[in-house]
Amino acid sequence: MKAIRAIRLYGKFVSMHLRCAMQYKVSFALTMLGQFLTSFSALLSVYFLFDRFHGVEGFSFSEVLLCFSVVLLSFSLAECFARGFDRFSVIISNGEFDRILTRPRNEIFQVLTHTVEFSRLGRLVQAVLVLCYALPTSGVYWTVDRVLLLVLMVLGGVALFSGLFLVYAGFCFFTIEGLEFMNIFTDGGREFGSYPMSIYGKELLRFFTFVVPLACVQYYPLLYLLGRDTSFWNYAAPLAGFVFWLPAWLFWRVGVRRYKSTGS
Amino acid sequence: MKKYWSFFRIRFSTGLQYRAAALAGIATQFFWGIMELLMFAAFYRWSPQNFPMTFSQLANYIWLQQAFLALFVLWRMDNDIFSAITQGNIAYELVRPAGLYAMWFVKNAAMRCSSALLRCIPVLVVAVFLPAPYGLTPPPSLQAGVLFILALLLALATTVCLVMLVYVLTFYTMSPMGIRMVAVSLGDFLSGSVIPLPFLPDWLRGVVELLPFAATANTPLRVYSGQLAGAAAWQAVGLQLFWIGALVLLGNLLLRRALHRVVVQGG
Repeated sequence: MKAIRAIRLYGKFVSMHLRCAMQYKVSFALTMLGQFLTSFSALLSVYFLFDRFHGVEGFSFSEVLLCFSVVLLSFSLAECFARGFDRFSVIISNGEFDRILTRPRNEIFQVLTHTVEFSRLGRLVQAVLVLCYALPTSGVYWTVDRVLLLVLMVLGGVALFSGLFLVYAGFCFFTIEGLEFMNIFTDGGREFGSYPMSIYGKELLRFFTFVVPLACVQYYPLLYLLGRDTSFWNYAAPLAGFVFWLPAWLFWRVGVRRYKSTGS
Repeated sequence: MKKYWSFFRIRFSTGLQYRAAALAGIATQFFWGIMELLMFAAFYRWSPQNFPMTFSQLANYIWLQQAFLALFVLWRMDNDIFSAITQGNIAYELVRPAGLYAMWFVKNAAMRCSSALLRCIPVLVVAVFLPAPYGLTPPPSLQAGVLFILALLLALATTVCLVMLVYVLTFYTMSPMGIRMVAVSLGDFLSGSVIPLPFLPDWLRGVVELLPFAATANTPLRVYSGQLAGAAAWQAVGLQLFWIGALVLLGNLLLRRALHRVVVQGG
């Protein structure tokens, strides 16, 4: 019952933010176009590199595009809906978090509903277009379990990226300012996650499996989709994105515990 | 001349205050460099014969790029200037006894220099000690080294010229967002910040290398490792000089036209 009420309330917030964005339609459209263009250079670089090298580590252009679009799709969804965490340093430094603490709702829920930035979906449009190209050309034989796995990859990716934003916000409790080095995993994850993480070598693959499980939402399930290694673990790998929420949430809790207001 | 030097000094020492930010920036840039190198290494393993330069040249390119990032990334713009233009504080800037273009130019250059100075040394030092094909190596000749420093300074000037153009165009559009986003995403790619320009197909590369964007990061980074050498290197430096001249001229022209009709709403 409580969950249903929370979801309904969340829906109200989302529609509020949507109506809010629609007040400035031209500006909204232009920002969305800008978002669409910004991530274009990443796609171009993938295209030109494959134009020259024709493959990498046994992956073809379309196969890499499948990976590229899944990561970009997850990232843009996470950035749209978990943007509140991305901008958490503002919430903390202007004292808004004090107000959040006094309200009878979960803090994470309130930060999530604080900002929903639909213009970030400009990237999503690009990701969907690329996915539409990659789906038929990647040579994957699409069965029900594979389609389900693709959905799971995207959901796991959204969980992972929003978990990373949560960690980023958690750091703000200690430093007040946002920390640039978290960009390594958020923006860096998006850029370098364009390719299956195995191309960066064994050590980094291990890091991106057990510490920041980015490879779990792209490389391992990709092997399953392509029929190269159809083990159970490769199928279940995207769940690691959800598991990542546990340490991220604990870190956030520690931060909330020791929170001292900035007093402004 | 003296007043512009003062503007430079003030901005430069202000920039040196942000040490914690620089530290975080260094970690980011270092990691970014490593990931980029590993990515190119994967392509190199796949088909080395298609690699347009030696791997060591690429490593030099990437480390210098990360070390001097602040000098030529386009997204680094002065938000004070944008708000001055859109919110009317420009009135204060105009009553100062200094040329608007020169003043903003010097301030932007100073901001970039201090930021680069704080960040470059740790990145360069660590890069020198990396194992063979991945590390930073000295330039092949003294001439390449000297030419690199010249090209680096000219690249800074070209970058600031391009950024100035964005400021000036804000007088016309009143909202920096659109033009800024397009300039940054397009410029980043065309200046070889995403992938070095030699990795582009030849037909495209011929055109891109003539654009002002190629006169920024692309030129010094390739001159250093001797990837651009001899006549081609001098030609690239000449092109930098040409673009600086043309962009300063264009910027001043547009600025004068804009100032002619600038309206500051009271408030």
